[in-house]
Amino acid sequence: MSKVSTSRIKGDISIVLCGQAGQGIQTVEFLLTRILKLAGFHVFATKEYMSRIRGGMNSTEIRASTYRVSAMVSRVDVLIALDRGAIEHIEERLSPNTLILGEKQIIADKAKHNGYQFVDVPFTKIASEIGNAIYANVVAVGAIAGLLGLNLQQVTGYIKDYFSAKSPEIIKNNIKAAEAGYKIGTDLARSGKITINVVAGTQVKDELLLSGAEAVGLGAIAGGCNFVSSYPMSPSTGVLVFLAKHGRDFGIIAEQAEDEIAAINMAIGAWYAGARGMVTTSGGGFALMTEGLSLSAMLETPVVIHLAQRPGPATGLPTRTEQADLELALYAGHGEFPRIILTPGTLQEAFHLTQKAFNLADKFQVPIFVLTDQYLIDSYYNIAGLSLEDIKVEKHFIKTKQAYQRYELTAGGISPRGIPGYGKGLVCVDSDEHGSEGHITEDLNLRKKMVDKRLKKLELIRKEIILPELVGPKKYRNLIICWGSTYHIVREAIENLSREDTAILHYKQVYPLHPGTVDYLKSADQTVIIEGNATSQLGKQIKLNFGIDIDRKMLKYNGLNFAVEEVVDELQTLLA
Amino acid sequence: MDAKIFDMNDVDVAWCPGCGNFPILKILKQALAELQIEPASLVLVSGIGQAAKIPHYFKCNVFNGLHGRALPAATAVKASNPALTVIAESGDGDMYGEGGNHFIHTIRRNPNITNIIHNNMVYGLTKGQASPSSQIGFKTPVQVAGVFLKPFNPIAVAIALDASFVARAFAGDAEQTKQIFEEAIQHKGYALVDVFQPCVSYNRINTYQWFKEHCFYLEDSHNATDRNEAFKRATETDKLPLGIFYTNPKRTIFEENTGVYHEDKRPLYDRDINMLKLQELVEQFKV
Repeated sequence: MSKVSTSRIKGDISIVLCGQAGQGIQTVEFLLTRILKLAGFHVFATKEYMSRIRGGMNSTEIRASTYRVSAMVSRVDVLIALDRGAIEHIEERLSPNTLILGEKQIIADKAKHNGYQFVDVPFTKIASEIGNAIYANVVAVGAIAGLLGLNLQQVTGYIKDYFSAKSPEIIKNNIKAAEAGYKIGTDLARSGKITINVVAGTQVKDELLLSGAEAVGLGAIAGGCNFVSSYPMSPSTGVLVFLAKHGRDFGIIAEQAEDEIAAINMAIGAWYAGARGMVTTSGGGFALMTEGLSLSAMLETPVVIHLAQRPGPATGLPTRTEQADLELALYAGHGEFPRIILTPGTLQEAFHLTQKAFNLADKFQVPIFVLTDQYLIDSYYNIAGLSLEDIKVEKHFIKTKQAYQRYELTAGGISPRGIPGYGKGLVCVDSDEHGSEGHITEDLNLRKKMVDKRLKKLELIRKEIILPELVGPKKYRNLIICWGSTYHIVREAIENLSREDTAILHYKQVYPLHPGTVDYLKSADQTVIIEGNATSQLGKQIKLNFGIDIDRKMLKYNGLNFAVEEVVDELQTLLA
Repeated sequence: MDAKIFDMNDVDVAWCPGCGNFPILKILKQALAELQIEPASLVLVSGIGQAAKIPHYFKCNVFNGLHGRALPAATAVKASNPALTVIAESGDGDMYGEGGNHFIHTIRRNPNITNIIHNNMVYGLTKGQASPSSQIGFKTPVQVAGVFLKPFNPIAVAIALDASFVARAFAGDAEQTKQIFEEAIQHKGYALVDVFQPCVSYNRINTYQWFKEHCFYLEDSHNATDRNEAFKRATETDKLPLGIFYTNPKRTIFEENTGVYHEDKRPLYDRDINMLKLQELVEQFKV
């Protein structure tokens, strides 16, 4: 694989900030993405960080573009190096075209030694002159704003609003910092050391800018979620934080449980009483929930599980990304029972599929997964909007009558779900094998009927499987298969390749798998699967379900997501 | 109300003849009947074990969940619909062993539920191993040299955590136990009732006779609002006090603290999403 590929699309700049945890990179990311969008640029941002509060080396990529951007590129056009370790940290992504902005005494020798273009920007000195070194990150915001020719009043206006809760002096100093940085940026743009060919548009300003965590959180609210119980765990915590923040407005109980076991048992208790409960967790936390998953299946009391993947086994790489928990979600829990696994690839899907998960849960009375990962959860980009038109809380529970039986044997396997206190009936659910009235039984003939009844629901679930999305030509020679968060990365890579013989098949639901898979795969001369794991977990499911072997595999499991160029380079070799 | 309203017809009870669970079942039905609590508004939540089978002999709403996990489920049921009377009931192994962490944190959370523990100081359903409350020296097929782990003291732990209601009862005393149950159920906040009972199959030490000889009721002069005094009484082990050790009515309850019932009293199942607010929230992502 070549070290660095350059994007074929002009009008797109990739800015990377790199420094220690605690240097305010998050603030820069927050401010810049919003200011850039406000100015009319399409923006994308993603971060990679170490599992620590201070120190280490973290980086954030911000793409500003004339065109819509929704994926990470490896290429770095401008590096803002806030720490001496920055160059080494992302060296693989730098090229002779990269312009490095940093403080001379901190990083100039390293930059020049390795042959990069370097511009001295005394971030700390400027900040200290304004009053405190902590303003250095806002100097950096100003510098980028100046470089891209943004309107200074718009920039300082946004910064003023952002810091509005702070003292007048802090607001004033932040504005000064932005102005000082802005001057450096405009001077740099005039110097000819870098050519910016990114053009702002008019429609982006009114679009939405949100992260994967926010999209899942909004989807949960739209799904009627009114109970979330979870134990904090990266990278899933953002969803809990989001729902807690908006809990009062939307009548959501957001409870931090003592452990993941309590979390899932609470969520199941909430569904039993008629609420719409959710847990948000990651691999290790979900591992603790597996007995609860099995409980949900046995009680036929549903639960929605947001499982944000990170690399394992065990603690693994807590702040990194991976797609290696598909099999965990699929096979977790003792006993045999149906489930549904949704794998959103875009922010829109993160919203709509999370919303849909609650209605599916209510309808089929089975556990439902929304399987995301750190890359999707922590990435931001602007989208045209979120359609709320078809949003409806479809309540499937019934008002019970006197002789109500929770597990009435029905033709389809679904027994109408009553809830306690609504109607005259009694609602009895039991983790033991049970009779139709919900009480413990060791009648082994009845046991068989109950197993069949629960499994029968899978046939109904199969009627509503989400069709994988075919992106590209309807007639293709090469079919690139992927699922979940890699959607935009693979899509942009294929666009860059500009091959008319290649299409993408993206799965938004990996269990049950859509039977249409067979026709899609058989229409291709060559199939390539792209997965963020070491063993091709979706590939194995395709083989298991349809007996089809995937020709080539592109797998990544070092803790980082794929970058667009990486997919381009490897596909060029594979498809040659 | 007649306690028979809670009786199940034709039920095959899995308890041993003479089990201390029988009187607890009967007393609880009487207490609920006296409090005029309808079966349809009652939810019995239990875990796993012989005691945890009690919901199957009770005509009411039932959530028989996982071993040790009754309290998180019960907390959520109550929080989702505060109009329900929620009782979480299991044995000592379930609540204090497997579910020990939930016991601690449910006390901190303080939902308005009643927590009844059938405490026979032994594991019954798994056939006679030590429980967290087994006494020092108690021999079992696993604890072959006798128990050497310090017994768990649920009363002292609950008072240390400032639980809002802490009591101990004895299955052999129907009248006193019924009164304690009634007070616990009526109490607003988490109410713990640890009920001593014999296990006729696996505990030949702590029998009805043993409890009669080793237990006494707290004096009428006991001040249940004095936490230090209550804790002191909880640490008495030569003779074991029964009755209401401690109450703290000042503690606020979980359902109210969640904030979702401040302006809207409807249970969660009866609500819908506010589309206007959702639209507004989505709009906020434009800046």
